[in-house]
Amino acid sequence: MPFPRFRDIFCAGGLLNVLKNMAHRIEVLTHVNDTRSKVMTNKLKSLGFNVKNSTVLEVYTVNKEFSPEKITKIANLLSNSISQKYKINEPFKNIPFDFALEIGFLPGVTDNIATTARETIEDAFKEKFLGQESVHTSMLIFLEGKLTQEDTEKIGSTLANDLIQRIHIKDKSQYDKENGMDTIVPKVNLKEEISVDLVDLNISEEELLKIGKEGILSKDGTRRGPLALEKDYLYAIKKYFEKLGRSPTDIELESLAQTWSEHCKHTIFAAELDETKDGLYKGYIKKATQEIRKKKGKNDFCVSVFSDNSGAIIFDENYLITDKAETHNSPSALDPFGGSITGIVGVNRDTIGFGQGAKPIINKYGFCTGFPEDKEPIYKDKALKKQALSPRRILDGVVAGVNSGGNQSGIPTPQGFVCFHDGYKGKPLIFVGTVGVIPREINGKSSCEKLAKNGDYIVVIGGRVGQDGIHGATFSSEALSEGSPATAVQIGDPITQKKLSDAIVKEARDMELYTSITDNGAGGLSCSVAEMAKESGGCEVDLDKVPLKYPNLEPWKIWISESQERMTLSIPEEKLERFTDLMTRRGVEATVIGKFTESGHCIVRYKGEKIMDIDMEFLHDGLPEKHLVSIYTKPNHTEPDFEKPENLTETLLEMLARPNIASYEFIPRQYDHIVQGTAVLGPLQGTGRVISPSSVTKPFLETNKGIICSQGINPSYSEIDTYHMAACTIDTAIRNAVATGAPISHMALMDNFCWCSSTEEERLGQLKSAVKACYDYSVAFETPFISGKDSMFNDFKGFDREGNSIKISVPPTLLASSISVIDDITKSISLDPKFPGDLIYIIGETSDELGASEYFAHISAKQKEKFIGNKVPKVDAIKAKTLYEKFNKATQDRLISSALSPSIGGLAVTLAKKAIAGQLGMEIDLSKIPREKTLDREDFLLFSETQSRFVVTIDPNKREEFEKLFKGEKIAHVGQILDTQEFTIKDLNGETIVDTDVKTLEEAYKSTFKNY
Amino acid sequence: MSNNDKTLGKDSFRRDIPQTTSLSRTSQESLALPKVLVLTGYGINCEEETAKCFEMAGATAKIVHINDLIENPKQLDDYQIMAFPGGFSYGDDTGSGNALANKIKNNIEKEILDFAKQDKLIIGICNGFQILTNLGLVPAKDKAYGERQAVLMHNAHARYECRWIKLKNTSQKCVWTRNIDTLDCPVAHGEGNFYAEKNIIDSLIKNDQIAFKYVKPDNSPANQEFPFNPNGAMLDIAGVCDESGRILGLMPHPERFNSFTNEYDWPKEKEKLLREGKSLPTIGKGLQVFKNAVEYFTK
Repeated sequence: MPFPRFRDIFCAGGLLNVLKNMAHRIEVLTHVNDTRSKVMTNKLKSLGFNVKNSTVLEVYTVNKEFSPEKITKIANLLSNSISQKYKINEPFKNIPFDFALEIGFLPGVTDNIATTARETIEDAFKEKFLGQESVHTSMLIFLEGKLTQEDTEKIGSTLANDLIQRIHIKDKSQYDKENGMDTIVPKVNLKEEISVDLVDLNISEEELLKIGKEGILSKDGTRRGPLALEKDYLYAIKKYFEKLGRSPTDIELESLAQTWSEHCKHTIFAAELDETKDGLYKGYIKKATQEIRKKKGKNDFCVSVFSDNSGAIIFDENYLITDKAETHNSPSALDPFGGSITGIVGVNRDTIGFGQGAKPIINKYGFCTGFPEDKEPIYKDKALKKQALSPRRILDGVVAGVNSGGNQSGIPTPQGFVCFHDGYKGKPLIFVGTVGVIPREINGKSSCEKLAKNGDYIVVIGGRVGQDGIHGATFSSEALSEGSPATAVQIGDPITQKKLSDAIVKEARDMELYTSITDNGAGGLSCSVAEMAKESGGCEVDLDKVPLKYPNLEPWKIWISESQERMTLSIPEEKLERFTDLMTRRGVEATVIGKFTESGHCIVRYKGEKIMDIDMEFLHDGLPEKHLVSIYTKPNHTEPDFEKPENLTETLLEMLARPNIASYEFIPRQYDHIVQGTAVLGPLQGTGRVISPSSVTKPFLETNKGIICSQGINPSYSEIDTYHMAACTIDTAIRNAVATGAPISHMALMDNFCWCSSTEEERLGQLKSAVKACYDYSVAFETPFISGKDSMFNDFKGFDREGNSIKISVPPTLLASSISVIDDITKSISLDPKFPGDLIYIIGETSDELGASEYFAHISAKQKEKFIGNKVPKVDAIKAKTLYEKFNKATQDRLISSALSPSIGGLAVTLAKKAIAGQLGMEIDLSKIPREKTLDREDFLLFSETQSRFVVTIDPNKREEFEKLFKGEKIAHVGQILDTQEFTIKDLNGETIVDTDVKTLEEAYKSTFKNY
Repeated sequence: MSNNDKTLGKDSFRRDIPQTTSLSRTSQESLALPKVLVLTGYGINCEEETAKCFEMAGATAKIVHINDLIENPKQLDDYQIMAFPGGFSYGDDTGSGNALANKIKNNIEKEILDFAKQDKLIIGICNGFQILTNLGLVPAKDKAYGERQAVLMHNAHARYECRWIKLKNTSQKCVWTRNIDTLDCPVAHGEGNFYAEKNIIDSLIKNDQIAFKYVKPDNSPANQEFPFNPNGAMLDIAGVCDESGRILGLMPHPERFNSFTNEYDWPKEKEKLLREGKSLPTIGKGLQVFKNAVEYFTK
């Protein structure tokens, strides 16, 4: 893929060109402990490039006139006098290299370091940058080695993402001849002529559908990007404007597309489906919560469900906790780092935007990608020029994005998971979630209530608006393909948001300076303002007041841009001055952009001219109801037929190393999971540092009350039955928490559905079945859903290396998250066995339930066949609930010393993880394990994924009390913790079938991601 | 406004709940107790738990935004202790701690240096330590307060690292580390690799300014070995103080060890204590750092 040495970049919406001018260029070289260069060299070597050495420099391009003294002072401010040296407007000599490669941002892309540098300079001289004056940063890499221009271009495309970054290469001779690299100011130049176009809808149906699929036709003949409006929606819009006797403006059409998008309106979950008039959401999910709340009566702990940016339950007499999980799949597929960082800081805003503003206290993640070792390329285009990012690159990027967003925001990330599946290769699923805390009352008023009033100012705070994130909402309502818009990429700026978050949640909220607040997420202002306007009954916006990153942005873009780190508030006139004063003092930009009204209209003006006027009712409820039909043909797989492996020790070690089971410690290690000082039990537990599926947090330093979070995900079971997939997923999220000490009596759930091809009847049938299970199991466990989200089109359409057309769809996926309250965190239980001599018990019966199991997947891989089977695990919720209540009693009575619930990989993997965590050996007798009578294959017994089971260790002195409590349940004493490192399992006849030691187990468990 | 209201108007510091720590004092006593200014703003993010630890240790703490301090630097006169908490000020842009140090230098350098030279205490934790070194408050060889003499560089393995490590107190002089021999404590940083030129290092040793060093579980030197020394710091330096011992900068986070249940392996310790018939402690050992500061003024 050739990178021109120097190029003009054309983007939708205008010509962005890269200009040379007389700006100052400061190059900074680190001359001691230059870790960054070392890491770069190693990385390039490991990627197979013939690089002997590399030297990485930071470059600041200061596009403003300064005297030589001042620019020297600036260089001193931006570098470290002990470890770094700098050059101003001249290159460093004596750095050995063959090629110089510079990576900078494309015009208009958020450059956080430059923003900080600019602020520092302005502060130092008390002098503002004006007009087009600016600061930009780039990275200059000197490469030494036997390289060609082409190699260097390849290195460039490996290091940079050409959707957001520019690359500039010079070989040594050119560099010397031209005295270094060029001074480049990436400036956005948009056409100054701004027009609002009318869109004629009196066109052929074919043309009309094209507007829906590809966007409005611009004067230059290009399309503006997908509106994701289907035929009946387009006709409803056409009819509405016919009645008004005019054509819609471009901004009106774009606005309707945003508001009516699948992403915003959840049209599939809202639609009538088969016999279900109320649709999946109202007819199942919401209904379950309503029924549970009614049944719980006085003990109902739900406070705000499904109505606000997050769901909220009672924490204690003074506080509520909120929870929300989101996905950022499409942006992460294009730019994994940008997609996941904006995902995590975006879901933080769902906390800040809850009620009057909750404080984020826990971050959660879930990364579903293709197998990171899968190197088979896939392409977005038939010409095989545009390769989709590899699973490894996506994984690295999304891991780094949440690292950056979460760590910089000062919110602990103790909870998360990874899940690998070939179906995630085209489009990954990137889950992000945030738990918040908010007082139940603020100054005597309920903190959950928000009401923008007629006459309140519409105020936006935080970041500025640019072209980034145009069509995010409509884009995610479509499959990923070649035409997916590059402008959908977003860059995060966690510090801008941190300032905003602190100013709101820690100050303005308790001063009652606003009446309502919401996040600017999908659809940008068009959704946040229109949504809040429902509270008052209308709004009037002056778009030219919206602060922009660069001039001449077209009005429709300002209205729908998803530029990050912004929130919208309603502020009564008498409080405006105090509010804006506070924001100014906190370094947060706050701008009045209009007023909330009760006119019943959503009116937008630009430079005094009315460019949008739509009835609120039509805007929000004008979309035609959908009637969907589904079918579900359940597959019938052949039952796997293979011999029991001869060496089960080896099999266990191989299972432990499988990517879906192995330790991904490299992630929790780089995520701050202890900031705020609230950590109790984290992502790694025991001396042997084993990944835990649940976490415990103590939000208030003074009390012992805590929050337990857990997650469940079982996409492989969808290959057999989505009903049981959903049931197992819910049971997993619940029992992981129960194992840690959570009571199901104070536990709530969230659902995140990530489906594929959701226009197909079969897919809808699978969906309906899964949603039904959500209703059934939520009601049976009495664990209400408090919030949920869906993403319905996770498909990739592209080409394989031969140019054959391929479609990769994610397996129907449900993420279930549980959140619960534990009264005394000292009664929470970690997973590691504590002392030799402790007794190992298994609670719950094991059945022949290996359908779509990790074990079958493993045998499939070994024998190069595809074993799926049909015996997917099933959950008996009534039995499980009784068991979980007893388990909780046992934790209350401190009878259990360690606990871990078997999930993927079954009992054997669970036992091994416990041994590793405790760094203690164990001996197990399989014949003692409570099991279904017909289950007599040891490998099945070891690896079956039957739900609702626990492996615990107890103090021998507690044996009697423990057994008495679990009387009537299927439990058994199956072995003990040893004072040696041996790990042995005896088969049903007393023969030793697994014989190894803790160190060997640990090596297998930690080998897979060792070098990540 | 009562003294308490003034100190912390934040939702996570509830005054209505009885303190579980024996270290807390009654409000009548608080007049004699030191006042702590805990800095916040621009991405500092450990201000609440840091303030809370000072409160648990008996001080009164107020969280003050850097812009409010710049507007009214005279308020520093009201305080005996100043804390630069951890966080990500300015997102580590232009070097960790650099941009916030620049902001201070550009606006209130004199006032901060005056504070440092008085018989008062300053602590900088993690990003706060990075700010202190950029401001030249530590190590301040030859009392050259304001002169940058050390730098906290990228971790040797070039990645953010969050884990528990073990510290050994190696300074007789440092006020903040009194009554501590070793301390298990968490680190969470990407740039904690302490570096200074030889003459500075020599004087640190000579003047007993190395407050904490990373050690192995058996208290032997970490010798820059990962993970015991998590960032590759020279001489395993985790924290240094100025020549007077009043100003401490350290990478680890003692404020995150405020409760017994913060410690990495507390469930095992719990199980041991329960089986021995003993009761469980409530407070965390990290609080000793804050208690030392309070006692500097009260004992």
